[in-house]
Amino acid sequence: MELTVWTYEGPPHVGAMRIATAMEGVHYVLHAPQGDTYADLLFTMIERRAKRPPVTYTTFQARDLGSDTAELFQTAAREAYERFRPAAMLVGASCTAELIQDDPGGLAKALNLPIPVVPLELPAYQRKENWGAAETFYQMVRALAGPAVPPPGSQRPARPAGQAARCNVLGPTALGFRHRDDVAEVKRLLDRLGVQINVLAPWQATPADLARLGEADFNIVLYPEIAQQAASWLQRSFGQPMVTTVPIGVGATTDFIREVAALAGVAPEPALAGPELRLPWYSRSVDSTYLTGKRVFIFGDATHAVAAARIAAEELGFAVVGLGTYSREFAREVRAAAKRLELEALITDDYLEVEAKIAELQPELVLGTQMERHVAKRLGIPCALISAPMHVQDFPARYSPQMGFEGANVIFDAWVHPLMMGLEEHLLGMFREDFEFHDGAAPSHLGSHAALPEAPVPSPQPARDAAVAALAWAQDAELELKKIPFFVRGKARRNTERFASERGVQTITVETLYDAKAHFGR
Amino acid sequence: MSTAATLCAPPAILRERGQHEVFCGLTGIIWLHRKIQDAFFLVVGSRTCAHLIQSAAGVMIFAEPRFATAIIGERDLAGLADVNDELDRVVGRLLERRPDIRLLFLVGSCPSEVIKLDLGRAAERLSKSFAPKVRVLNYSGSGIETTFTQGEDACLAALVPELPAAPESAGPALLVAGALADVVEDQLARLFSDLGVGPVRFLPARRADDLPPVGPDTRVLLAQPFLAETARALEQRGAQILTAPFPLGVEGTTRWLEAAAEAFGRPASLVQTVTEPARQRAARALGRYRELLAGKRVFLFPDSQLEPPLARFLARELDMQLIEVGTPYLHKQHLAAELALLPAGTRIAEGQHVENQLDRCRVAKPDLVVCGLGLANPLEAEGLTTKWSIELLFTPIQGYEQAADLAELFARPLIRRTRLVA
Repeated sequence: MELTVWTYEGPPHVGAMRIATAMEGVHYVLHAPQGDTYADLLFTMIERRAKRPPVTYTTFQARDLGSDTAELFQTAAREAYERFRPAAMLVGASCTAELIQDDPGGLAKALNLPIPVVPLELPAYQRKENWGAAETFYQMVRALAGPAVPPPGSQRPARPAGQAARCNVLGPTALGFRHRDDVAEVKRLLDRLGVQINVLAPWQATPADLARLGEADFNIVLYPEIAQQAASWLQRSFGQPMVTTVPIGVGATTDFIREVAALAGVAPEPALAGPELRLPWYSRSVDSTYLTGKRVFIFGDATHAVAAARIAAEELGFAVVGLGTYSREFAREVRAAAKRLELEALITDDYLEVEAKIAELQPELVLGTQMERHVAKRLGIPCALISAPMHVQDFPARYSPQMGFEGANVIFDAWVHPLMMGLEEHLLGMFREDFEFHDGAAPSHLGSHAALPEAPVPSPQPARDAAVAALAWAQDAELELKKIPFFVRGKARRNTERFASERGVQTITVETLYDAKAHFGR
Repeated sequence: MSTAATLCAPPAILRERGQHEVFCGLTGIIWLHRKIQDAFFLVVGSRTCAHLIQSAAGVMIFAEPRFATAIIGERDLAGLADVNDELDRVVGRLLERRPDIRLLFLVGSCPSEVIKLDLGRAAERLSKSFAPKVRVLNYSGSGIETTFTQGEDACLAALVPELPAAPESAGPALLVAGALADVVEDQLARLFSDLGVGPVRFLPARRADDLPPVGPDTRVLLAQPFLAETARALEQRGAQILTAPFPLGVEGTTRWLEAAAEAFGRPASLVQTVTEPARQRAARALGRYRELLAGKRVFLFPDSQLEPPLARFLARELDMQLIEVGTPYLHKQHLAAELALLPAGTRIAEGQHVENQLDRCRVAKPDLVVCGLGLANPLEAEGLTTKWSIELLFTPIQGYEQAADLAELFARPLIRRTRLVA
């Protein structure tokens, strides 16, 4: 049993809903009590979809448990088929129905519906949303593309000369972080390379499209959390190689283009960065100097967290001080990325643990999810969003991809603007302490009938551990600290205290302050 | 009201069984935790429960909220961990983090009901170990037993045995049951005081250590139509439930106050005198919206059980035409006064088959559809105008001063439609 205040991921059947909702011609019959229908609003309210998700819930009640919930399921499945006439059906159970063990797969099979029916086993007490989405997609792909799998050992026929390479683009779902715009951006890159898309899935794909997956030359896995499992099966079954570099950030997009070009046997140059890519120049322009060494904490799903770490370190010149994910299935990848940055990855789905880590590290920028946004807000740290869980704000009206070169531009703005806002707040804080700009002062254009300044507002101080709290600042040292520019004052205080406590210094003097400064350097 | 007699042909009730597109009782935690300021709600359930509350809360809230979920894992189900020990551990950790909590509700869910986890015994056990600092109670908000607002009913019913006994010689007292916004409570309390009705207490109280007393001299006015279990529990404590329409709109509020005045032997003329200024004010404010809403056809999907009193208000005070009034459950006794006021032949749909109901709605092409969050945008995309029903639980709508606010909630989507050109 686990105490949860907020959860990063929903249950696995919500993952299945994301696949069903992304696709066309699929209906999902879910054995579930009435409360589970809340999941519809994720799609209709948060994502603002104009259609209800293609899901029928059996909505059994306590009084049905004594009689026949199995029949209820069959009635719901039969009615759903007759009403919606889908080309394929998914059937499964939510957490409560899993406990009553009605076997939706067997029950649906007994109905002899004239369409493929894919049963889902999604262990709700063990797994979560992204796993559920990956498993659902994999089961759909297996069921629908399975009949076309060549016998084991058969050679993949070579692509006829003169025919453009074709790939499948796998992973984008409903309720995904910027999936809508990422798809457009990746399509543009592939178009420039002259690579055709055989099937894009699950996004707007039909069951008939999935049956054609084997016809492509290779697969592109845009979101490993969703599509890695299915792509691995396609690789084994059809001998299709896969591209797993996720094109988020300049470096990763460039790698992605080269990998795709190599598999397609085309030149990468037409897709490589042109003048529309602004991130590198913006990052080099002198006003970005202040970004140097900004301490950032990164948390999100594995794909976005790993991508963010690379961009932060290599493309914006930040110092990554923490990196973590709630995607336990991809802990290995995140640990490896953290190791490259000489960090230990934080692998947890406990929001309180993430909060404690942020409070401890006191970063200057948080790149995280909606949860971290709230933590950062409480701690007064600027924050930008990089990953699901989804919020209505994560579906902007404007084009706002994360992938490709335009995605890199979007990321530059999205991450740097909160820092500038933070800087402005600090400036306001500084001026509030200034003798001319205190709260009681009238605007200068209204003449000089200003009141006397009130006591200066104490600036918020970061939480300090017990050893540090025992330290005392001599008065002259405290005054000297105030002469240090406000935007590095907090850091100077922290460094000095760390320096003092490590050396057993009880009282911090002006000397200690400058000793620490010399020790750490700027 | 004499006109009522001519209108009171029994309403046509359509009972349906199919997919219910409604929230479960856990959702009530969202407003209950705001109302009882030192209570914490711990759902014992699955990740789905945690995700539901988080999603229904709409936005994630800045402060650490006073609700959480103890998520049952496969170790608990497989018997590898003792569920009760696990629950004790989780509650211990929670109360350590939140020393401000005085009342803890263990809230049952679908999975906890299906595995027959005895939260009543757990609450007793935990109450003993944390007494006197924290009281631990339990109720079920499970979707196999409760629909949306029935969670509040179950919560208040769980509070009833905890209410202190009213002293025997104290004389009649009024208890208003059902969570109301603080501002509404204060307005109603002033009206009762002017009517000479009192003492008046409210359930739930704002603080857990300030529970209202109950006994044979207690007269109960229900402020919400979905409190069947709470009413039953109060009756078991000897209290007498007063029957009245609910305090929505001018007419409902007046009739509701009249019921209290009558029970306390106050003359009806006094109610007229005391409420005169507020009624006049509300009627003036409502007039603006009646112009806009009169004659408009409205279709209410089942959601909160507030639908019959809302329909009565929309029909009688705003002259709207009722196409269908859905309700997840119809408590005929508590709603008797409401049903009598509905226009003759009003179609009431109890329960739900959401697809069939959507078919009826599309055929009827109403001017306004009142429905849940899962249906609203898709219906808007089809060209219908909608009002989300969940707002009716989060907004102060009861009493005279809120009558026009309530009307405005229905008018706003229509006004918006007329404003948007592009």
